[in-house]
Amino acid sequence: MKPYEIKKGIYWVGVVDWNVRTFHGHTYTTKRGTTYNAYLIIDDKITLVDTVYGPFADEMLEKIAHIVPAEKIDYIIANHVETDHSGALPALMRRCPGAKVFGTEKCRDGLYKNYYGKWEFKTVKTGDTLSLGRRSLSFIEAPMIHWPDSMFTYCPQEKLLLPNDAFGQHYATSERFDDEVDNSILMEEATKYYANILWPLGSVIARKIEEVKKLNIPIDMIAPSHGIIWRKDPFKIIDAYVQWAGNTTKEKVAVVYETMWGATEKMARRMAEGIIDAGVGVTLFDVNLSDRTEIISEMLDTKGFLFGSSTHDNDMLPGIAGFLEFLKGLKAKGRVASAFGSYGWGGGATKEIEQVLSESGIAIAQPSIAVKYMPDEKEMAQCYDFATTFAQAVKKGGSDGSR
Amino acid sequence: MDKYRCEVCNYVYDPALGDPDSGVPAGTPFEKLPDDWVCPVCGADKSQFVKEG
Repeated sequence: MKPYEIKKGIYWVGVVDWNVRTFHGHTYTTKRGTTYNAYLIIDDKITLVDTVYGPFADEMLEKIAHIVPAEKIDYIIANHVETDHSGALPALMRRCPGAKVFGTEKCRDGLYKNYYGKWEFKTVKTGDTLSLGRRSLSFIEAPMIHWPDSMFTYCPQEKLLLPNDAFGQHYATSERFDDEVDNSILMEEATKYYANILWPLGSVIARKIEEVKKLNIPIDMIAPSHGIIWRKDPFKIIDAYVQWAGNTTKEKVAVVYETMWGATEKMARRMAEGIIDAGVGVTLFDVNLSDRTEIISEMLDTKGFLFGSSTHDNDMLPGIAGFLEFLKGLKAKGRVASAFGSYGWGGGATKEIEQVLSESGIAIAQPSIAVKYMPDEKEMAQCYDFATTFAQAVKKGGSDGSR
Repeated sequence: MDKYRCEVCNYVYDPALGDPDSGVPAGTPFEKLPDDWVCPVCGADKSQFVKEG
């Protein structure tokens, strides 16, 4: 595969990782693979913005060699220390040992702690600019979008924003641009990416977008470090981030549960019926049969959560426990939730669920409901009523994202 | 003097320790930190901190 010229003299020299199926260890399922995007700018100073994941270093170097010998690279911009973007640096630095690396102070420290390379590193801060010749680059520190070291690079002459992981998607394609792919899939993957990686950082993101808007810099292309490049309508993804960062939710409910012998599932299904009959949308997931990454994505704009579990060893079951632990880290704001489940003797699952909810800062809309062994008709009716009452709380809670 | 926790990364500012790396001596209450002081771990600004209960 040859490099791809995204603007005159600026080339995508990244790689497509068609086969990766889990990311960040096993915290994110990448059913559609991903790409690691690196960009080569040909100017008086030959500049590479970010690299790729280490195992793909040779593929990136081959692409670079189509345009210019790697030895000619003068500058390397390291927007982010994470190994999927910096992993090819050691291989690259062996080819151009005199190149200067630019990044934030935390990036410098992080790169050293990852690779222990003795490279010439220039620390940059927001507002610093670097002349490449005809073009220049300016830098905007973007701490916690999504690591402390993160920064955005902007090229004013090209109206090109290179925000690294922000605005990315895990989406392996032969195409490079938003106008060349199915936009419903593109937005599905962008949503999934935000929900699973950036959700807890909403307040930081909202401020950063405000800061960038105030700079009043023209942007006609956003080239992230994963997936598709936004050129048709770059503000579509910025607007989506503003919505997500504002915790804007819809009046809908996600029922997420784990069941041992089907009783908790029976309750879950009846609750879903009650919610639908109350005129509120619902999605239902057996946590062990569904993909956690996709459940989290669905929950991003969902106002109400119902969590169910059978009681096992006086506690909730391990699948839902792991799920709730992950959710806690996402610091969901402006949601309402409640717990349900079946038990045989002492019970305990619903109490444990409520405990995690309170630790997560998620408001408990109503007391939990627990049923001994299999629910009878009366208890099934109680489940239905529980759900319709919950649906009212979701409606009352509004969709403005307030707590 | 109260401790304050960064809501972004969970770093806790302890006034007894200060933040010497950023030039803040031990014994500086959170309220007396300069406006442009940021979390030494993640870079979040002061408004992202909450009082430890």
